[in-house]
Amino acid sequence: MNQVTGQEFIYGMSAVGAGIAMIAGIGPGIGQGIAAGYAASAVGHNPGAKSDITSTMLLGQAVAETTGLYGFAVAIILMFVKPFK
Amino acid sequence: MINPMMNAVALDADFMIKYLCEVPITDKIKVHMTTTHVAMWIVMIFIMVLAVVARVIINKADASDTPGAYQNVVEMAIDMLGNMVNASMGPQAKRFVNYISAIFIFIIISNVSGLLGLRPPTADYGVTLPLGLITFGMIHYCGIKKNKVKHFTALFEPFALLFPINLIGEFAVPLSLSLRLFGNIMSGTVLMGLIYGLLPVFVKIGIPAALHVYFDAFSGCIQAYVFSMLTMVYVNDKIAD
Repeated sequence: MNQVTGQEFIYGMSAVGAGIAMIAGIGPGIGQGIAAGYAASAVGHNPGAKSDITSTMLLGQAVAETTGLYGFAVAIILMFVKPFK
Repeated sequence: MINPMMNAVALDADFMIKYLCEVPITDKIKVHMTTTHVAMWIVMIFIMVLAVVARVIINKADASDTPGAYQNVVEMAIDMLGNMVNASMGPQAKRFVNYISAIFIFIIISNVSGLLGLRPPTADYGVTLPLGLITFGMIHYCGIKKNKVKHFTALFEPFALLFPINLIGEFAVPLSLSLRLFGNIMSGTVLMGLIYGLLPVFVKIGIPAALHVYFDAFSGCIQAYVFSMLTMVYVNDKIAD
């Protein structure tokens, strides 16, 4: 069995860390789903306001998505920028 | 020593920014040209050509003529952008419609350029951060112009202890705006790169087309809309009475 060097260990652990960082995707998924569900129910109650409801829903979903994207940015940095040498 | 297998996987997937050449400006300062520069110039030249052609056609147009196909499309787009800005800014719309339209058109064409084989310029943080900073500057310029000193005292608003949190909240605006655009387009680019680079050949027929429609066309349009919409919301927040 080859000895694992410190460098290789750090790269492997960076990949594990990137995977863990992407768990942040759970939150926005749930949040966007809830927003879409309420928007669907609002369109059911009031079909005339469909365009207003859609634009409000998209704006809210985009803001809710931000936390997930922070996790994605951390994962990208861990995988490709390799801050730990 | 680095295991060669590790590099082989990373090299196949082709989605990172590539370094092309170095342009010396002075002895010490050198500008590194990357694929982002090239893609961005292509996008900018494309927009300039569209604008010049539109200008020439509109100059020649006569009210009694039937408008051509291109003129119809341009008029429709201008109408749509005007309505969008009007709906969320109301009486102030006239001052901002040019900036919002310009940024919307630039972002939407940058995002969709992934369909034509370019690496989208907006998948580089060096492009989206300036866009966020321009919006940041505009928000505070409008705020200071409207509210004078009250613009700064508003940071101490409910009570003075909240000043640090208010300050962080102000500086989070350009960061979240730019990271949202960058993250969405970059995630699409990374996923498409992995699909093209890592999957076996028989999976690469048909499936990438559907993914391109989602990641480039749909997500790109949504993000352009969201960026300009949030810019309007933030600016409106400062200039509202």
